[in-house]
Amino acid sequence: MKISTLSQLYEAKANNESIYKLRETGDAVEAKPEILVGMATCGIAAGAKKTIAALEKALKENGLTDVKVNSVGCIGSCYCEPTIQVNIPGQAPVYYGYVDEMAAGEIVKSHLVNGVVFDSKLLKIGFEKADKEKRDGKRQQRIALRNCGSVDPQNIMDYIAYRGYEALGKVLEEKDPEAVLEVIKKSGLRGRGGGGYPTGYKWHATAIQPGKEKYIICNADEGDPGAFMDRSILEGDPHSVLEAMAIGGYATGANKGFIYIRAEYPLAIERLKTAMAQAEELGLLGKNIFGSGFDFDIELRLGAGAFVCGEETALIHSAEGVRGEPTKKPPFPSVAGYKGKPTTVNNVETYANVPPIILNGADWFAGIGTEKSKGTKVFALVGKVNKVGLVEVPMGTTLREIIYDIGGGITGDKNFRAVQTGGPSGGVITVENLDTPIDYDSLKEIGSMMGSGGMIVMDESDCMVNIAKFYLGFTQEESCGKCTPCRIGTKRMYEILDKITKGEGEPEDLVKLDSLGQNIKLSALCGLGQTAPNPVLSTMKYFKEEYERHVFDHKCDTGSCKGMRVYRILEDKCIGCRACVKVCPVNCISMVQKPAHRIDQTLCTKCGACFAACKYDAIVIE
Amino acid sequence: MERSKLAKVKLPKEKLVELDAFIDSLEDKEGLLIHILHKAQEIFGYLSLEVQLYISKRLDIPAAKVFGVVSFYSYFTQEPRGKHTISMCMGTACFVKGSEQILETFCNELGVKSGETSKDGLFTIKDVRCIGACGLAPVAMIDDKVYGHLTVESVKEILDEYRKEEQNENQHSESVI
Ligand SMILES: Cc1cc2nc3c(=O)[nH]c(=O)nc-3n(C[C@H](O)[C@H](O)[C@H](O)COP(=O)(O)O)c2cc1C
Ligand code: FES
Repeated sequence: MKISTLSQLYEAKANNESIYKLRETGDAVEAKPEILVGMATCGIAAGAKKTIAALEKALKENGLTDVKVNSVGCIGSCYCEPTIQVNIPGQAPVYYGYVDEMAAGEIVKSHLVNGVVFDSKLLKIGFEKADKEKRDGKRQQRIALRNCGSVDPQNIMDYIAYRGYEALGKVLEEKDPEAVLEVIKKSGLRGRGGGGYPTGYKWHATAIQPGKEKYIICNADEGDPGAFMDRSILEGDPHSVLEAMAIGGYATGANKGFIYIRAEYPLAIERLKTAMAQAEELGLLGKNIFGSGFDFDIELRLGAGAFVCGEETALIHSAEGVRGEPTKKPPFPSVAGYKGKPTTVNNVETYANVPPIILNGADWFAGIGTEKSKGTKVFALVGKVNKVGLVEVPMGTTLREIIYDIGGGITGDKNFRAVQTGGPSGGVITVENLDTPIDYDSLKEIGSMMGSGGMIVMDESDCMVNIAKFYLGFTQEESCGKCTPCRIGTKRMYEILDKITKGEGEPEDLVKLDSLGQNIKLSALCGLGQTAPNPVLSTMKYFKEEYERHVFDHKCDTGSCKGMRVYRILEDKCIGCRACVKVCPVNCISMVQKPAHRIDQTLCTKCGACFAACKYDAIVIE
Repeated sequence: MERSKLAKVKLPKEKLVELDAFIDSLEDKEGLLIHILHKAQEIFGYLSLEVQLYISKRLDIPAAKVFGVVSFYSYFTQEPRGKHTISMCMGTACFVKGSEQILETFCNELGVKSGETSKDGLFTIKDVRCIGACGLAPVAMIDDKVYGHLTVESVKEILDEYRKEEQNENQHSESVI
């Protein structure tokens, strides 16, 4: 089958309308009941395949042969995977979490056989779907993630039922690339990959370049450790990215697109390949799309584990098959990119926003968010927070709403300490800014940045100096080595931090860190080096006393800095079993006063082996 | 390695045929060097100097260029690896959830340092940056399979599973002989 006109697309959509109705409202009496299982990387790792097998077995045992079990992407509730959605015609959809094999059997029995919702595994979700009463009432709004968890990513008809490829069809029917540029400009969409550059203006810059050979690239390198929104979109809704790239290609005059994806995402790669093949088969990618005369192809290019390749000039070099080293801008890729031709580079989430903007209009999108940051942002909420997962909220939502209302607060009985946004390029946000509405500009003002959307929540037990050292270790290792400030500067900063966390810091180290940081920011070649000092500078600003305590008193109050720990044996608890003596690599434990042992602090290397070996809780860390 | 020695090392024929077929199927061969290296690593397990030289000849590009690319990207390895590769995530989300201790446990259990291969040749362990399953931190990937919410205990259990599987395979192949 081919879809070569908009009316053929509408026909295909009408034929599959019941899929949409059943999954969104349950308002599809003629449909058959179904169970959707979240089968993204997280879901599979949590045992979703076993859940599917258990569901199928239970359905068979209960004679429910017409209930289908379908795989979908992830709804973002990583904390309670595997998750499922039960859709019964005439009833609102119901979500369940923590569905292991046992729960799968019970849900089938209770919900599908007896028609009673299985309360103990019920999952309240926070976005506009499902029954109002079963909603968590909090402010999530899904635009980029709109289809994740609702459509089967391996079935293009599901996407079409959700208005897929309609935006592309409309754009190609109207045949007015400039109008597309205008809509995207007016919507206020800004790049979600970190920089926040207005997408419409970026497209415009490529569009006005002369020449016929142009390219459009999707940056799916997602290098920020602790962020996974792009993976989730690609695994759960790959077609939305393909469709948006074709729209962008048409608007900027490119007939060829590349998706640069990191090799660490095998499932996303597989799903993209399937999606591309299906789109080509229907004629929605390839030659003469929608009979408009517009040709558009997409190719995958694999990354190979280099963080700097997320930077657009480095990415382009890597896509060309050479070492992924960045080059100076200007020229910007819009002028001279892939093979020296005008090239547009956008992030996965940026693309995922494009089809809804075309369908619902610029004003709709511009009506969401803050004055200068429109729409929503997806955040990967991870670390010491109860409901770990993906959340999508309007720009301008406060951190308190995200962490406490949506994220369910801090784990255990600890207190909130800080959140790191912007990954290795960003900084910390502390208690005093919990109520700041977050958008691109407000985050910059407080010394952090939006970044790609990773949000690492930390509690009182996390040492800020240690975290800063962690990030510097990362950037120093990932520095491509081309420019001196980044290659050597970050190494020196790392060495100073290492010294401080070992308890050997001196007061002037803090001055050195600050001046090195400022200098690297000003002189590095690309964004990696220019932002690398941020985690240090930001923690030094907000947690000055903690740095001073490390440097002046040589103490780490959280006990995270191993080098400063003092291991001591409690003489009243020690029974003299010699377990610690046997494991000590430097032989610094001896029997002093029968039966108790003692550690010679002058020799101890703080390796912690004795602490792990003691079965009587007789060794403590001070 | 010296030139004279290199010439003598023979790469297995059927693997070369597979690599050749892949290279022949590509249009933009030079632009797809990274793709080709991924495939070669999949076929040979690692990118030895012989494999790199072979690719440079096939694509008619300097061997230095191939080596430059291989050494730039951390995903490529020039050393043989164990039967299973354990990729321990040292990304931020995993770091704040104690991945350092998990890595230490893996290393202690295997008696190696990160980046090395266990004596029995069964496991290579390396630390990687974020595999995108941060919601399940701390996370490790063994080959393509993701293991989440790792603890000191579960690490031992997982390794035991792989070891048991290996034992069964060995017994099976012995009884076949
Ligand atoms: C060191 C570094 C790493 C980056 N990593 C990524 C990344 O992983 N994903 C991404 O989309 N953008 C990344 N960027 C930003 C890109 O250079 C580029 O601005 C972005 O892909 C543009 O897309 P957007 O306008 O849609 O955000 C990175 C930038 C730097 C300096
Ligand atoms: S930080 Fe470990 S999987 Fe992302």
